Amino acid sequence: MSQLDPDIDHLLRRAGFGASPDDVETFRGMSTPAAVAHLVDYAGRPDDVDERIGRPDHVQVSTNNLFAPDIDIDDARQRWMFRLVHSRRPLQEKMAMFWHNHFATAFSKLAADSGTKQAAKMLAAKPGSLRGPMGQVELFRQYALGSYRDLLFQVAQDPATLIWLDGQFNTKAKPQENFGREIMELFSVGVGHYTEPDVYAAARVFSGWNLRKSDGYDDNDINAYQEFVYNADQHETSEKTFSFPIYADGSRTIPTRSASSGMQDGIDLITALAVHPETARRLAGKFWNFFVSEIHTPDPAFVAGAANAYLQSGTRIGPVVYYVLNSPWFNDPAMHFARYSWPAEFVARAIKEVGWQNFSVDKTRAPMSNMGMALYEPPNVGGWPLGAGWFSTSTMLARSNFAATLASSQKSFLAVDVQSQAGTPQALMAAMLERVTPAPFDSMPQQALLDYLVAGGAWSGSDSQVNTRAAGLARLLVASSEYQLV
Amino acid sequence: MNISRRLFIRDGVATVTLGLAAPAFLADIAQAQGVPGRRLVVVYLGGGNDALSTLIPYQDASYYSRRPSIGIPAGQVLQVGTDAAGRALGLHPRLTALRSIFDEGRLALVQRTGYENSSRSHFEAGDIWGTANPQNSTGSGWLGRYLDTLPRPVDALAAWNTTDETPRALKSAVTGVPAIANAATYNFASPNTGAAAQQERNTAEVMASNAAPGRPHLALINGANLGAIETLDRVAQARTYTPTVAYPNNGFALALRTVAGAIVRGIGSKVYWVSTGGYDTHAQQGPNGGGYANLMGTLGDGLGAFYTDIRNQGLASDTTVIVFSEFGRRISENGSAGTDHGAAGLMMVLGGSVRGGLHGTAASLAPGNPTLENSSGDVHYETDFRSVYAKLLDNWLGVSSVPILNGDFRAGAPAIF
Repeated sequence: MSQLDPDIDHLLRRAGFGASPDDVETFRGMSTPAAVAHLVDYAGRPDDVDERIGRPDHVQVSTNNLFAPDIDIDDARQRWMFRLVHSRRPLQEKMAMFWHNHFATAFSKLAADSGTKQAAKMLAAKPGSLRGPMGQVELFRQYALGSYRDLLFQVAQDPATLIWLDGQFNTKAKPQENFGREIMELFSVGVGHYTEPDVYAAARVFSGWNLRKSDGYDDNDINAYQEFVYNADQHETSEKTFSFPIYADGSRTIPTRSASSGMQDGIDLITALAVHPETARRLAGKFWNFFVSEIHTPDPAFVAGAANAYLQSGTRIGPVVYYVLNSPWFNDPAMHFARYSWPAEFVARAIKEVGWQNFSVDKTRAPMSNMGMALYEPPNVGGWPLGAGWFSTSTMLARSNFAATLASSQKSFLAVDVQSQAGTPQALMAAMLERVTPAPFDSMPQQALLDYLVAGGAWSGSDSQVNTRAAGLARLLVASSEYQLV
Repeated sequence: MNISRRLFIRDGVATVTLGLAAPAFLADIAQAQGVPGRRLVVVYLGGGNDALSTLIPYQDASYYSRRPSIGIPAGQVLQVGTDAAGRALGLHPRLTALRSIFDEGRLALVQRTGYENSSRSHFEAGDIWGTANPQNSTGSGWLGRYLDTLPRPVDALAAWNTTDETPRALKSAVTGVPAIANAATYNFASPNTGAAAQQERNTAEVMASNAAPGRPHLALINGANLGAIETLDRVAQARTYTPTVAYPNNGFALALRTVAGAIVRGIGSKVYWVSTGGYDTHAQQGPNGGGYANLMGTLGDGLGAFYTDIRNQGLASDTTVIVFSEFGRRISENGSAGTDHGAAGLMMVLGGSVRGGLHGTAASLAPGNPTLENSSGDVHYETDFRSVYAKLLDNWLGVSSVPILNGDFRAGAPAIF
């Protein structure tokens, strides 16, 4: 059994990426409410994780040249995985991951438009590291628990989004429907709560929300950038009527405005969508799946409560997450291991639990792609296929083989760690289950694991036997179906 | 280990004929070795294919007036004759390989496929094509329901999905479909070697065979785990295939190459699923040199290589390929030299037993024409996509389409076989 209280383990799997030995020290003995507060009120925790990249007692990064996570997407992927393993603010990373899926924006289209360096910069650049706007994922970190209305407003002006959903081409003569459709279908109210004429009207609302390039712009100049511009002369100024209320008085029509003040159209629509009750319910449903369970259907009382927390707080996400993590549904032991881990959750947790000595996060990139989740490369604007959708023979084999890679890299360290606890197969198993924490095994797989330990001959506890079997056991545990649940 | 002599011979011949049209005796050998059973290869074009750039009504003046910057010039299209309505049509200039198959009479172009009240949402539309149910697009897929009709116990490789995610069309009540995106990495790794590694694989198989009563989510993952382990050895066979032609070096063509390997090695899968993306061309789709031309190059060259390879192996007459997308696109170009989400699309069916040609009629793109919808913004469907599914089920896979499609769509089906 894990060294932490099961409720704390549950919380760390859901509001973080599992527990490393450091996390065990931090959370040991903490009450559940204190642990929730520790995770949610992360502003008080140091944001020093990037500064620790390269420390020998941390997971490694690998690079051919200078490590350049602001302009090289592979390095950006390594940086994010490093943060998942070592951040002292795991919930901030967790929410950034949630928003990355919610506003799913793919590197490949940005790279085709603006080259690989600019594309990586638009998605991942740290604020202030280079000239130009911060990367999209940094927006997600900054607004992780902030106002959703404000986040929508930032996303609508985010260069990566403007390229991804073609807002850069939205003009008065030819309003572009892509962003106008997706802000309703995917980012707010959802299918069934808007009409095709609403899509056309939304396209006109965002006409003129375009991009401009920095002076002397060049794709290959890392200090060149693109940024949002409101092009008044490309804004279509006539009134726009929707099928749902835009204003507090119930009015459904955005009035005719001068071109110079026409940006207000978009602000009005974003606000209307953010405070729409269907948006509140839709986000509540997504939070149920992300934090509580993908196996149980959302309890209507939970949805109502979370939606209410969202609307009452002026669309702030922090109070919603507080509501979720303190709710009786979240804290019901029946919800333990009731979610299917995302590959990012699986990989980070496996590293935290099995170990990372001399292991580089570069070794996670190809496996994650095979698991169906290359960071910064969601398959489409709808995000990744979550829940059971993560699991096919191919993606499960990729998880299984990552377990082998990781166990292989930690083979000698695992053997040293468990040698003193390897007097019997049962003792070795118990020692391994203190650090590697799958969902409980039924008796048949449990027995299969014990049989594996003696499959090569009766147990002697010799160095070579422990060396082989501890790594093999770690591989089997991390590759087990039980471990894929969080 | 028992190495099959016929596979050895086939590879020997294939190697020396690489890149060339196979001599007749090669096809004879392959036929004599006869891999039994017909198969269906489904190619999904992800994002909503702009059918009006795939099959171009190059004598329709409205086509050019409504697409001033992205219309494919009439002089460049690969002409394929006129349809039953007398409308002259041509394929995209990058589809030379498909035009050759058309000229052989083995490519059917089924125009204006779709359904009433076409969804413009990628996800809803994709689910509708997958479930074959425009009214309720949740639940199992049409191919999944076909697989469920196969005799039990069903082979673990009854179908082979070359993408990571199981598409809606293959979702099934009782038949698991392995996802084998890359046969080369489809193996079982271990931190150990020799006996210990083998014991890990055996142990993983036992663990995954736990039916997990009362834990359906665990049972689902066990199904994926077990499906992987049980298919490892046969996939390894398919992986050793040496094709008779050079395939392009992209993911789509490599997936088709994997499918060809599985077919030639006699794996026996009834359905293969392949997809290629990038069709959501809201911007810069270009007339002939832009993003859309690259999509067509990938599609045409990949399918061309696959068809030639399979034909060289004497297996074309047992293989049918269908190509579809979740919707067509708007007729008029948008302000970014692209097209937004539209309605009816184009289905393509090709194979050695296919009755090729132009099926159905093209729309007339002049505003107000009854072949259009949505204030003449989009192409209205003529052929219900489910009637094509019905034809494939009844006349190709040999099962009754009515229960699988939950309705009789046989009337009005194009005569593609």
